[in-house]
Amino acid sequence: MKDVFGIVAKRLGLGLVTLLIVSIIIFGAVEMLPGDLAQAVLGQSATPETVEAMRKELGLDRPAPVRYLDWLKGAVTGDFGTSLANKRPVAEQIGPRFANTLFLAAYAAVIAVPLSIGLGIMAALYRNSVFDRVANVATLTSISSPEFFVGYILVLFLAVLNPLFPSISSLSEDMTLAQKLERTFLPALTLVLVVTAHMMRMTRAAIINLLASPYIEMARLKGVPNWRVITHHALPNAWAPVINVVALNLAYLITGVVLVEVVFVYPGIGQLLVDSVTARDFPVVQASCLIFASTFIILNLLADVGAILTNPRLRHPK
Amino acid sequence: MAREKSVLLEIKDLHIEGRVDEKWIEIVHGVDLTLHRGEVLGLIGESGAGKSTIGLAAMGFARDGCRISGGSIEFDGMELTSTPESDLRVLRGSRIAYVAQSAAASFNPSHKIIDQYTEAPVQYRIRKRMESQEDAIELYRRLRLPNPDEIGFRYPHQVSGGQLQRAMTAMAMSCRPDLIIFDEPTTALDVTTQIEVLAAIRDIVDQFNTAAIYITHDLAVVAQMADTIKVLLKGDEVEQADTRTMLDSPQEEYTKSLWAVRSFRSAQKTPADPSETPVVSMKNVDAAYGDIKVLEDISFDIHSGRTVAVVGESGSGKSTAARCITGLLPPTSGTIEFKGEVLPASYKDRTKDQLRQAQMIYQMADTALNPKKRISEIIGRPAAFYGNLKGADLKKRVDELLDLIELEPRQFYERFPAELSGGQKQRIGIARALAADPTFIICDEVTSALDQLVAEGILRLLDNLQQELNLAYMFITHDLATVRAIADEVVVMKDGRIIEKGPKDEMFTPPHDPYTDLLLSSVPEMDPDWLTTLLEERGVDNVGEAARDHQS
Repeated sequence: MKDVFGIVAKRLGLGLVTLLIVSIIIFGAVEMLPGDLAQAVLGQSATPETVEAMRKELGLDRPAPVRYLDWLKGAVTGDFGTSLANKRPVAEQIGPRFANTLFLAAYAAVIAVPLSIGLGIMAALYRNSVFDRVANVATLTSISSPEFFVGYILVLFLAVLNPLFPSISSLSEDMTLAQKLERTFLPALTLVLVVTAHMMRMTRAAIINLLASPYIEMARLKGVPNWRVITHHALPNAWAPVINVVALNLAYLITGVVLVEVVFVYPGIGQLLVDSVTARDFPVVQASCLIFASTFIILNLLADVGAILTNPRLRHPK
Repeated sequence: MAREKSVLLEIKDLHIEGRVDEKWIEIVHGVDLTLHRGEVLGLIGESGAGKSTIGLAAMGFARDGCRISGGSIEFDGMELTSTPESDLRVLRGSRIAYVAQSAAASFNPSHKIIDQYTEAPVQYRIRKRMESQEDAIELYRRLRLPNPDEIGFRYPHQVSGGQLQRAMTAMAMSCRPDLIIFDEPTTALDVTTQIEVLAAIRDIVDQFNTAAIYITHDLAVVAQMADTIKVLLKGDEVEQADTRTMLDSPQEEYTKSLWAVRSFRSAQKTPADPSETPVVSMKNVDAAYGDIKVLEDISFDIHSGRTVAVVGESGSGKSTAARCITGLLPPTSGTIEFKGEVLPASYKDRTKDQLRQAQMIYQMADTALNPKKRISEIIGRPAAFYGNLKGADLKKRVDELLDLIELEPRQFYERFPAELSGGQKQRIGIARALAADPTFIICDEVTSALDQLVAEGILRLLDNLQQELNLAYMFITHDLATVRAIADEVVVMKDGRIIEKGPKDEMFTPPHDPYTDLLLSSVPEMDPDWLTTLLEERGVDNVGEAARDHQS
């Protein structure tokens, strides 16, 4: 087990370094935008005096590295500065929005992950059958269509033609969980359709990849039934790639949902990001980007740790 | 051996087809086979003879891309070719078992050994889980596995290869089957480990009066195990007889050639002059992978025109020594001299000429040749790189090299490795090494992946080349028959140290170091009583001790 801790600690350290580099890139990217922030916020018609005053107010007169370190120090303690648009603290603004995004992502994940792994196992079990082909074509079709298109199609069929679910997913504080789930069903379903194909196909491929191994042949020669060969003998050895793809897709559910949020007018962080870019509210943009990057890194880290833990050679060293 | 004479398995006119490029091609052409209860039948032949395919067919099983296309397989009154798959599965789980070549690959890495043992008996309600576990421990004890109470609760990677192979034999016994198919169960093992496994298999088959089909390419092994031997060649039966008759008076030419294979000996050479500077000289070399020390104080010389065989079991450091010489693994201390001149430790610091002089031939010609390149390119590249040859000169050199390895240049020039047989591929590997015009070649287990007849051809070729080009060979092998055939001097290694070294004749005449003795006496001989006699000499407990030694 000592080895496992060592490897996990190393991955954690690497994750932190990655995050640090990403924060530099985010800060640098905003820094490199043409013109300066004060000019951008005030618009073309501002006088040089007001721009200068604005610069001072925002602290832009100080050198970039100093501002970066300041920003980083704040970010570590959860203080992302104040929004330029409404002068409220960024954290206060992002907090509830991010919670909404996590809610929607979790909703979609709870359906999509078991569904796609189940479908992947079935497709491997009945490979090259009608089921396998239909599942493949259906999931490929849904992944190949842009997600806003999938969203509108669902609205058309499940909200307009058959009014089963609301087409607008705005939330309010006093909703019960059941109401929330009903409200957000369509965006969640859209996301499920978008991410299922990838995970399903990887599960199928990872299992089929193992079917030629001697221990699978051995299991068959021991008279183990087909389904058990797949679930008991192939799947435990196929987890590593599956976990990685699941993590990538979970990250996508959080960071890639901008379009879906816009389609369904869902108050998530993606919407906020789009609005802030339009309003040139850079502290909010920076903070959102940093949160997205952290999500990606943390999920990939979890995937790595998961893959390590499913490897019996590492779990039970000699 | 008490023998019930009733027939257990009767195969008649068995035809099996394999799928090659969308076409079905027959690979077994009408083989008959009869097996009585408690009888052990040895199936022998070279690769492609159809041994494993027939063995699996006896379970009503065909690998992906194969199908049973004709004939009948009758197991205890049941016609397997017309039995539905679900019934066949029950049969495989309970009455016919299989022991595969590589236990390390055939145990599922994700489950404990004992859970894999209990799977079939629990599935087919032959035993409850706890009962089956107790039964497993009992069998582990009978198979003389160390710590029988505890070993099953480990994962496969925590157990050594020989122990795994015995655990797999135990697993095959878990439902007390009537028939076990042993498919090359000791081929992947070292000789000293092989003995333990052979003894274990023989005991257990005897104790339960189980019938067995024992598949192998090793005649000496089959002589120990089988009551009857059937020789196969390219999917046809050559002949069948009881073991002693078959060994004493084989009838067919092919069988005789198989029997004669081990007779090749290279010509006796005069001992190397000790005052002459050796081509390669390892001096007090230590090496390590990370913190783990793998070589300790290795010193030996290789003289021009001579072959030094480095022998030892897996993990003894033979290949690591070769990696040090080639500079792939710089030693932690000690030096490597080439013709009296100290070589830089890492290949990166060596000159092109130093690199040219030492070449390598690998065990797996399959993986050592780039499958996307034509033969002319594979051989031509080192010739062009080291010899600065171009155009017509290069082509002439490649033709010359193909001539040297006894392959017709025009036929092979444009071919890809996949179109060649195993022996031909290994010849290309040799030509590639020769293309650099070296003075020294490392041969790393070059014949161990080949059939015996083909291997003998390669040894003869290497011997001829040595005489013609005055090459020095470092011959890494675990096979003592190969050592007898080709070596001038022998270095015996164990656990990263040299145990004994000297001229071949001295090494094969007693007295030896005890380890060399163990190694030598463990090589199976063609005498059917060899194993029995050896076990008596060593005493049963001694085998167990060897097992524990091996584990530590």
